[in-house]
Amino acid sequence: MSVTIFVPGDAAALALRADAVAAAIAGEAARRGIDLRVVRNGSRGMVWLEPLVEVATPRGRIAYGPVAVADVPGLFDAGFVAGGDHALCRGPTEGIPWLARQQRRAMGRVGIVDPRSLADYLAHGGGAGLARARALAPTAIVAAVTESGLRGRGGAAFPAGIKWQTVLDAPSSQKYIVCNADEGDSGTFSDRMLMEGDPFCLLEGMAIAGLAVGATRGYIYVRSEYPHAIAALEAALAAAGGLLGGGSGKFSIEVRKGAGSYVCGEETALLESLEGRRGIVRAKPPLPAVAGLFGQPTAINNVITLASVPDILAQGAGAYRALGSGRSRGTLPFQLAGNIRYGGLVEVPFGLTLRELLYDFGGGSRSGRPLRAVQVGGPLGAYLPEAQFDTPLDYEAFATIGAGLGHGGIVAFDDSVDMAKQARYAMKFCAIESCGKCTPCRIGSTRGVELIDRIRGGDVTQIGLLEELCETMVQGSACAMGSMTPIPVMSALRHFAGDFRP
Amino acid sequence: MDSQAVVARILVAHRERPGALLPVLHEIQDALGFIPPDTVPGIASALNLSRAEVHGVISYYHHFRDAPPARRVLRVCCAEACQAVGGEALAEQARARLAGSDVALEPVYCLGLCACGPALQVDETELHARMTAGKLDALIDELDAGR
Repeated sequence: MSVTIFVPGDAAALALRADAVAAAIAGEAARRGIDLRVVRNGSRGMVWLEPLVEVATPRGRIAYGPVAVADVPGLFDAGFVAGGDHALCRGPTEGIPWLARQQRRAMGRVGIVDPRSLADYLAHGGGAGLARARALAPTAIVAAVTESGLRGRGGAAFPAGIKWQTVLDAPSSQKYIVCNADEGDSGTFSDRMLMEGDPFCLLEGMAIAGLAVGATRGYIYVRSEYPHAIAALEAALAAAGGLLGGGSGKFSIEVRKGAGSYVCGEETALLESLEGRRGIVRAKPPLPAVAGLFGQPTAINNVITLASVPDILAQGAGAYRALGSGRSRGTLPFQLAGNIRYGGLVEVPFGLTLRELLYDFGGGSRSGRPLRAVQVGGPLGAYLPEAQFDTPLDYEAFATIGAGLGHGGIVAFDDSVDMAKQARYAMKFCAIESCGKCTPCRIGSTRGVELIDRIRGGDVTQIGLLEELCETMVQGSACAMGSMTPIPVMSALRHFAGDFRP
Repeated sequence: MDSQAVVARILVAHRERPGALLPVLHEIQDALGFIPPDTVPGIASALNLSRAEVHGVISYYHHFRDAPPARRVLRVCCAEACQAVGGEALAEQARARLAGSDVALEPVYCLGLCACGPALQVDETELHARMTAGKLDALIDELDAGR
């Protein structure tokens, strides 16, 4: 009987030589005359175990990791094709506590299915949400999304149902669904993992969005730094067949590649880029929901937002709403990154504390030194000191401490970090990536770098001026790039003031 | 095929596409390695844009090049998650080793490999994670040997 082995084709696994491991496994099997099929699945999100090789057995999938090419002959000797014991064996994948303690909803199929196989997708519950949506009126689909409490997972956390209702109510013969897959925040990779590991789910979510608001065309704008995600989406689109409907009712989707501009993750800059222009932010209003892509009503949502929708339709809004805390409903795929021992993707309902995520899942720092600062929510997110680690992970709780969850990226730093240097980097990154439309961001970021250089040089009298500059950027910038860059800067200054003193 | 002919073929394939400029520029760069400045007037004319608009887009986006690339390109991630695990020291090491080399060193701000940094990319699709000084040296030896 043929044996099925899973070797992730996820970019993180590829970066850790998964291709070579897959080739070594196929080669060794051929030498030993073992009939074996290698499936290139997505990642289970246990990046600390990548490349994580799984073997399908009657006891379920058995995990081995992290596997290097040199381990392969020994794995065969140990009978791993039948789930045999080995130093790298982690037992049944589903039983690994790090994974077992999660509640995978948006990422439910990632790492499990073959991302190139529509049949596998359908066999694992894919398509059920779209089938349900086809039986509903647009208003009922929107109502289900509203009822679920789903908020935008890109970072702004705007209620998805309200956005969709606005697009539905906007009269037009041509509306659009745009998926924002310009996941530029350092510390985030959930969009990438979803696109690489379960691309059909995103296509299904977009088709449901199309039915909800009356749109027949969709675009997925993927950053150019994600070539493997682009390839996975293109392959899924080619294999999607009837999933997206047929004839005049067909929902058509096009993948568009970004070109290395962070600010294109801002929705109006993204629309400009899609239209073929420089990624410069637009003034709002009008909202994209009213006048978006090519001037038409457009529902623009993040990958995880759209990928959450099939599950919400299939399982019911109530099941999703039942998870979470306060006004943050459902789950968020958190991404544990930076100096962390067990890094990867942790999808859990809102409400866990940051400390639980950092220590119970993350296992503390990778270096073994104490964690000193954690940046939550990407380059525009606050740096939190240890004293704030007990904050529950929900949108409102983070807002009350002047922070945000953003897209769920969590970057840990140990006690060797120089927070004045991190503050300087925040300004520097803004200077590099500013689109240049508004002065506080374009000029302010460069002045910010200079001020922090002076402060680090010993001139602490400049701290007041830095604070004023930050206030100007917050109040005067056209979009989040300029108005939120002060958040990491000011949080570093507030919580790690000693690092700014000689 | 000369570059003008390549560009002409790409323009024919894409000119009816809404918002065609970025896909056109990507395809030209994929085919030629860069976007030759002398193809800008043809692109502008085919897409009913001004030359300034086309030039503005090429120069705005970090990804687009208007000159031939180096033989190999090494992009070291310089964003926060990689900074937290020694990315800057790695970039510094690469800078020192690649001085005078025909391998270009460029910064990149996040490859989505944030749980297994420091990370880097070679050319367009080759990724490396959990890099160490030793692994970087070996990689640069390999890139140099390919000359």
